[in-house]
Amino acid sequence: MKRASKIYTALMMIFLFAPIAILVVFSFNDAKSLSVFSGFSLHWYRELFRDAETLKAVRNTLVLAVSAALISTAMGTAAAVGINRLRNKVLRQVMDSVTNIPMINPDIITGISLMLMFVFVGRLFGAATSLNFGTMLIAHITFCLPYVILQVLPKLQQMDKSLPEAAMDLGCTPFRAFLKAVLPEIMPGVITGLIMAFTLSLDDFVISYFTSGNGFQTLPIRIYNMTKKTVTPKMYALATIIFFVILTLLLVSNLYDEDEVQRRRAARQIRKASKEEKT
Amino acid sequence: MKKIIELKNITKSFDGEVVLDNISLDIYDNEFITLLGPSGCGKTTTLRIIGGFETPDSGDVIFMGEDIKDVPPYKRNVNTVFQRYALFPHLNVFENVAFSLREKKVPKDEIKRKVTEMLTLVALKGFEKRSVTSLSGGQQQRVAIARALVNQPKVLLLDEPLAALDLKLRKDMQVELKNIQKATGITFVFVTHDQEEALSMSDTVVVMSEGRIQQIGTPVDIYNEPTNAFVADFIGESNILDGVMLEDRKVSFAGQVFECVDEGFDRREPVDVVVRPEDVDIVPADRGMLKGVVTSVTFLGVHYEIIVDIDGFKWMIQTTDFWDVDETIGLVIEPDAIHVMKKSEYSGMFGDYSTFSDEMEEIGEVEIEELAEIEERGGNRTESGKTDE
Repeated sequence: MKRASKIYTALMMIFLFAPIAILVVFSFNDAKSLSVFSGFSLHWYRELFRDAETLKAVRNTLVLAVSAALISTAMGTAAAVGINRLRNKVLRQVMDSVTNIPMINPDIITGISLMLMFVFVGRLFGAATSLNFGTMLIAHITFCLPYVILQVLPKLQQMDKSLPEAAMDLGCTPFRAFLKAVLPEIMPGVITGLIMAFTLSLDDFVISYFTSGNGFQTLPIRIYNMTKKTVTPKMYALATIIFFVILTLLLVSNLYDEDEVQRRRAARQIRKASKEEKT
Repeated sequence: MKKIIELKNITKSFDGEVVLDNISLDIYDNEFITLLGPSGCGKTTTLRIIGGFETPDSGDVIFMGEDIKDVPPYKRNVNTVFQRYALFPHLNVFENVAFSLREKKVPKDEIKRKVTEMLTLVALKGFEKRSVTSLSGGQQQRVAIARALVNQPKVLLLDEPLAALDLKLRKDMQVELKNIQKATGITFVFVTHDQEEALSMSDTVVVMSEGRIQQIGTPVDIYNEPTNAFVADFIGESNILDGVMLEDRKVSFAGQVFECVDEGFDRREPVDVVVRPEDVDIVPADRGMLKGVVTSVTFLGVHYEIIVDIDGFKWMIQTTDFWDVDETIGLVIEPDAIHVMKKSEYSGMFGDYSTFSDEMEEIGEVEIEELAEIEERGGNRTESGKTDE
């Protein structure tokens, strides 16, 4: 039985990671072939960094992802604070469901509906082309927002409700109380939300595809356009780089969480020990 | 004595439920005043109104002659020790205490001096660099007190600050709190549901029930001269009987006429009569003013608590002598052991031990504790202003 489960796990791992392994290996292939590995080379990486248009797409993607992540984190945190303050249970349930809709909604629907709205509003004001960086940013903030709220809200619920009151009692205005007493407590949620929003924005294709225009191209769209012609190993190199960037982010965010968990566990143990000492 | 806080005709309700019903209360400079009452009586809401965390629906909050009803908490010269301390987990002991001074931009060396002074006052010198999450309950409690006192407020509000501590620690902290209050001369407004705590610490006790103040007085007054059946029952143990005032210093109850020390009632006025369990003397059956049969005996260390059936009414009596179940005994009640009260809405609700048993009480307590725990865990505190305990 034990043996079987080991084999099963191994198979799972192979299925999960074989494609990525192949991608990584062939990004270093000397030749263009997908069947023969003719020697290690950084040729395709060099090619990649010579491709001005791709580099521009990388830059676009990063600018978009950073702005979308920062704005949606700020907005999402504020929204979570508001939702957490709702006393009416029905209203609260409604808010929860409403914020969840963009997450369950298929990307393609979100994409098309956003595009329609942007064009519609653009026409209203008589603009010839209404799709640009701005519309794309709005679109990305829209789909990142619920993920941020989902990360921040539980932290707010776990927090001792009297912390902001204590801060106000000690001379803070409500806003200062939020900065000094609440924000440090919910920081792990805010950071996780920020990282999630960043990665979501980074690899979004469908919604970006519908809402981009005016020559503003993100990396996923660029890759898609390239595949319409011929696939060059240049893209394996690109995909490899993206994979490792995302992997690093994931590790960082997990380590941060793990740190938090361990710190709390240690604190609990000390507290328990000192309580036992007393009795 | 100087009035420091006056609450005038305060009314407050949450979602249509009246929590405070027209209460008026004067708090004097330099006193230790306790708001005492069962869960949901409005004592915490009263405290939160003084602290500025709730606004009364109607009535005035006067602080040193000024109406502060619309002054936000951060502008009030009042500080609070919260029920679960509400220490800032991301700051160490020193920074927690220094919090309000940093907000006020007090110079660094002065902060250091004041914080050190406060930590010395609460016996936590040397703990400056410790994380507050690594402290025991009692130590966290001290940090919370130091943090609230460092600002030198005129009034310190304490919301059941000892509820989370175990019995021995609680006793120590009671003494310590009283000492701190005397040493600093700051007015303490203390909220608790523990009557023993209230009696032992306070200069003035305010007994509350169902959003109304039942009685204000010194601990001795409250115990010896309760105004109604609720107060008599809530503070200590009481046998409360229906009686009729025959004339001044003469009252009839339990089928007998007794000498007492109360006057000023109408002739033949129906009254409630309180007899404390420790004020009854037990004598052989033939020499007693009343005669009854012992129905249960509980040993409590210092004394026995016995239940005696006298013509169907069950009395609780505390005695240091042992009496066995089914023994017939006589009771003697001295005039000053009898306290006569006017009839009130609480008449007939308390003071009969016929349904009394230790087992019942224990079950009740466990349930209440469990409920409180569930409430705490469930994060179901959307109506935090309303939850009293």
